[in-house]
Amino acid sequence: MTKLTRSIVRSAWVVVLAALALVTAACADEDTRGRSPDDPIRIALVAPSASNDLAFTQSMVDSLNRLAEEYEITIDVTDGTFVIEDAAVAVRSYAEDGFDIVLAHGSQYGGSLSEIAPDFPDTVFAWGTSRDTFGLSNVYSYSVASDEGGYVNGVMAAHLTDSKVVGVVGPIEVGDIKAYIDGFVNGVDATDSSVTVNVNYIDSFSDVALAAEAAQAHVEAGADVMTGVSQMTVGATGVAREHGSLWFGAQSDQTPLGEEIVVASVVYSWEYQLRQIVDDMLAGEVNGRVIVADLANGGLTMVYNPGFSLSDEVKSAADAAEAGLKDGSISTGVQ
Amino acid sequence: MSDFFTVSVLLATVAAGIRLAAPFLLAALGETLGQRSGVLNLGVEGVMLLGAYGAYYATLRTDSVLLGILVGLAVGAFMGVVYGVVTLALKAEQGISGIGVFIFGLGLSDLLFQRQVGTPTPIDGLRDWEVPLLGGLPWIGEVLFHQNVLVYAAFLLVPVLWYLIYRTPFGMNVRAVGETPEAADSLGVSVNGTRYLTILIGNSMAGLAGAALALELGIFQQNLTNGHGFIAIALVYFGAWRPAGVMAGSLVFGLVSATVLQWKTLGIVAGTTASIVGMFPAVLTILVLVIVSRRTGAPSALTRPFERGR
Amino acid sequence: MPSLNRGRFLARLSGPGVLVGAVLAAAVIGAVMLLALDANPLAGYGALVAGAFGGGKNLADSALKAMPLLLVGVGITIAFRAGVINIGGEGQIIAGAILSTLFVLGFPDIPRFLLIPLAILVGAVGGAFWGGMAGALKAYAGVNEILSTIMLNLVAVQILNLLLRGPLMDPGEIERGSRIPHTERLSGNADLPILPGGTRLHLGVVIAVLMAVACYYLLFRTTQGLRLRAVGHNPHASRYAGMSVERSVVLAFMYSGAMCGIAGVTLVFGSLGHRLATDGGATTFTGAAGFNGIVAALFGGLHPLWTIPASFLFGSLLVGANAMQRAVQVPAALILALNGLVVVFVVASMQARARLSAAAALLRAEEGLSSDPAAPAGETESVREAPP
Repeated sequence: MTKLTRSIVRSAWVVVLAALALVTAACADEDTRGRSPDDPIRIALVAPSASNDLAFTQSMVDSLNRLAEEYEITIDVTDGTFVIEDAAVAVRSYAEDGFDIVLAHGSQYGGSLSEIAPDFPDTVFAWGTSRDTFGLSNVYSYSVASDEGGYVNGVMAAHLTDSKVVGVVGPIEVGDIKAYIDGFVNGVDATDSSVTVNVNYIDSFSDVALAAEAAQAHVEAGADVMTGVSQMTVGATGVAREHGSLWFGAQSDQTPLGEEIVVASVVYSWEYQLRQIVDDMLAGEVNGRVIVADLANGGLTMVYNPGFSLSDEVKSAADAAEAGLKDGSISTGVQ
Repeated sequence: MSDFFTVSVLLATVAAGIRLAAPFLLAALGETLGQRSGVLNLGVEGVMLLGAYGAYYATLRTDSVLLGILVGLAVGAFMGVVYGVVTLALKAEQGISGIGVFIFGLGLSDLLFQRQVGTPTPIDGLRDWEVPLLGGLPWIGEVLFHQNVLVYAAFLLVPVLWYLIYRTPFGMNVRAVGETPEAADSLGVSVNGTRYLTILIGNSMAGLAGAALALELGIFQQNLTNGHGFIAIALVYFGAWRPAGVMAGSLVFGLVSATVLQWKTLGIVAGTTASIVGMFPAVLTILVLVIVSRRTGAPSALTRPFERGR
Repeated sequence: MPSLNRGRFLARLSGPGVLVGAVLAAAVIGAVMLLALDANPLAGYGALVAGAFGGGKNLADSALKAMPLLLVGVGITIAFRAGVINIGGEGQIIAGAILSTLFVLGFPDIPRFLLIPLAILVGAVGGAFWGGMAGALKAYAGVNEILSTIMLNLVAVQILNLLLRGPLMDPGEIERGSRIPHTERLSGNADLPILPGGTRLHLGVVIAVLMAVACYYLLFRTTQGLRLRAVGHNPHASRYAGMSVERSVVLAFMYSGAMCGIAGVTLVFGSLGHRLATDGGATTFTGAAGFNGIVAALFGGLHPLWTIPASFLFGSLLVGANAMQRAVQVPAALILALNGLVVVFVVASMQARARLSAAAALLRAEEGLSSDPAAPAGETESVREAPP
């Protein structure tokens, strides 16, 4: 053994022991389980990207904050847990700490949640986007009929393209993302079948550089209207702005990403699902189920960029599509 | 497939390949100079991230792309000074110091972004600039002369660096110091002085490469570079420590990536096939390394700190 | 006698002082950064320490976080000792995870006491294969290992994506149309058993420690280990002495990869989800253990045994960083930045320390002191502290 290794291990132990000594006093586990009716409901959110990502995570954080204006709730957020196991540990810790509702906000978290939830029957879990409660009564599964919003965006895109080429930048072909994109493609198709829609799934939720290159490739292939989903689209909107291509947003209102090019965004407002879960809890009737938000029940809304002058013709086509989807006279053709 | 073999798509793909090659090229040229003098810098990725964030933040606050570029350069230069002190004055092991710099840059750029900016706010980055006259040439003009300033800069630096390394006294010193530092020292060449300078230039170029990426995208995000810096180091070996070779490597990597992206966009490859095609750039690099590395050698003093009297 | 004191002082400084100093320096810089970010450094560090060590559950979390770091760190140590740099930990973790997952999917009904060791073995083979490729490329084709391992990392991620979005995707996901890229819940027979004590600690932690001990034995108590180190220390002399440098390089990479492969196994079968999952990037599954393991190995002085406390320390730092983020709203990225600084400081101080101890020895010799209390005699073993 050399001096070096000896000294390293010595100092490593010094640090470890010092740290241990510091905290031995503060390690009493307090049990906060068992909520009295007057206490605020404690909600914890575990989400894969940043709370201000202008996309998936922000849409949930915004919804929770709005919910806090109506209900007595406290909100605790662990964001940026893109490592699946880290998220699972956070979900489990929140359950152990006695939170009333734990939101696992990411379809990739489902695998772990199905293993964790049975261990905490008194905790309510909600995860999404998904349509699977694993047959557990304490698991809610929330989803959005994002295909409806995609369809309305697609109708507008078909009207607005001059080059008859539309580009889609997708992350990974899963859940609500695939539904949005399929709905978008069908919306374009139903409006003007001569328009080509190029779809590029870049295999990443977060690689903005790759998203930008995918958008660039769309532009090179002739696209003058584009859309995309997930937090990586901030890379794609930069390219759209540079080339003056129009952009349709999804998940959050993406107007801040380009006031001159964003036409409209399909905004997920999760209050519709959250309200049902909280109401169930207040009524003492927890009943895990799949809750799907759509245009008709207000969980999915079309938000138009006030700075973009959309022609009346296109706007009324969009409104007609929205109305048709709401009353069921139009189908997006997506299962 | 027929969609791909149209003139406009092919030209656009080549143009995209050249654009994609630029950040790799900037960083790899800087690394080439450093390695030629015997210093390995594995921290390129971290310096790129810091340069990218600096350029993005300066542009966001001042709306001046030029200032952004300068800040990117300055951040790189600062990291160069730090890396120089660590590896030359303190003679720290270069491979691991570089990993430390990478982790530091990854953490600090993310930290600063989250605290100072937070929400991804777009900036007006670099716009394409058409070279007068040349830009009007058929085909070639569109491919070569409708790019942004930093793309031109990257490719112009290839002959500049070649001249610097092979035709100037400084370049001769660099090569001497990288091959036989003891001999160079006995001839009165300042080994560490030369190395400080190459590290300073190399890191500045890594910072510039980061700036090129951030300003091209007009956005910053955690881990924006996503491995660009490491690939740039690979390209130095690929190019056998010669500026032209490094350029060739960058172009191959850029063109293959652009082609893969274009194929995915046009639906020529989809789903799981796309993953197989996505391996092309990496597999190709390994194959080329197998062919290239047999006939070339690294600077013999690479990673070896210099100590007089050894 | 001031000169005698100076000799003592230098000797002490050249010991653990420099290393602790590196950590302290990073901590001070971190405190300044916390202040600059309008956060209370005491509250921040308090939350970090409490989050990492406060109570059995947190200690268990730290240990679990340390588990892959230790395995990767030990693997990295073997490679470094043999004179090659392995930064392909990420790819080798993935290779081990994929192969062991395939095996368990193929033979889910093998009894538990057999399936777990077999899965570990298969995972080790997967990692060894992936690492061995880089070794063979270096030994027989002269391809620099830094580059080949980086490229092989990229290839491994693509293979992972390919499999999870294709043949390995949970059939339930295809049925429901949600298409989440993960496997089905793997056989319960392969779940790494939870250790008694009421925490999440599982067998993987024990395996990691055992592997560290085994690698210590391999490196320092076997002829093969001696050969590996000899080649790492001086390839030319070793070749002259009749050793095959090529064989050594490939072997070192295979051992190194095998350790990373086992890390992959523990990450899959010790995970809360008990399945292999991704969202397109490597880190979503590995948590960047392939890179963080390098830090742990370095802090452990590139010694398998000392990597045990070192990786525990780094694992707890990572766990504590999340607690700090929640307590003082400072992004956990701060800790990442500080980790980078610690690495730089530690490497930078190695040379300084060597020079300090040399100076101390010189002073002592002048002062006629024969023994050095800070550095007991009998330390003759030659240890390379860094790759070429």
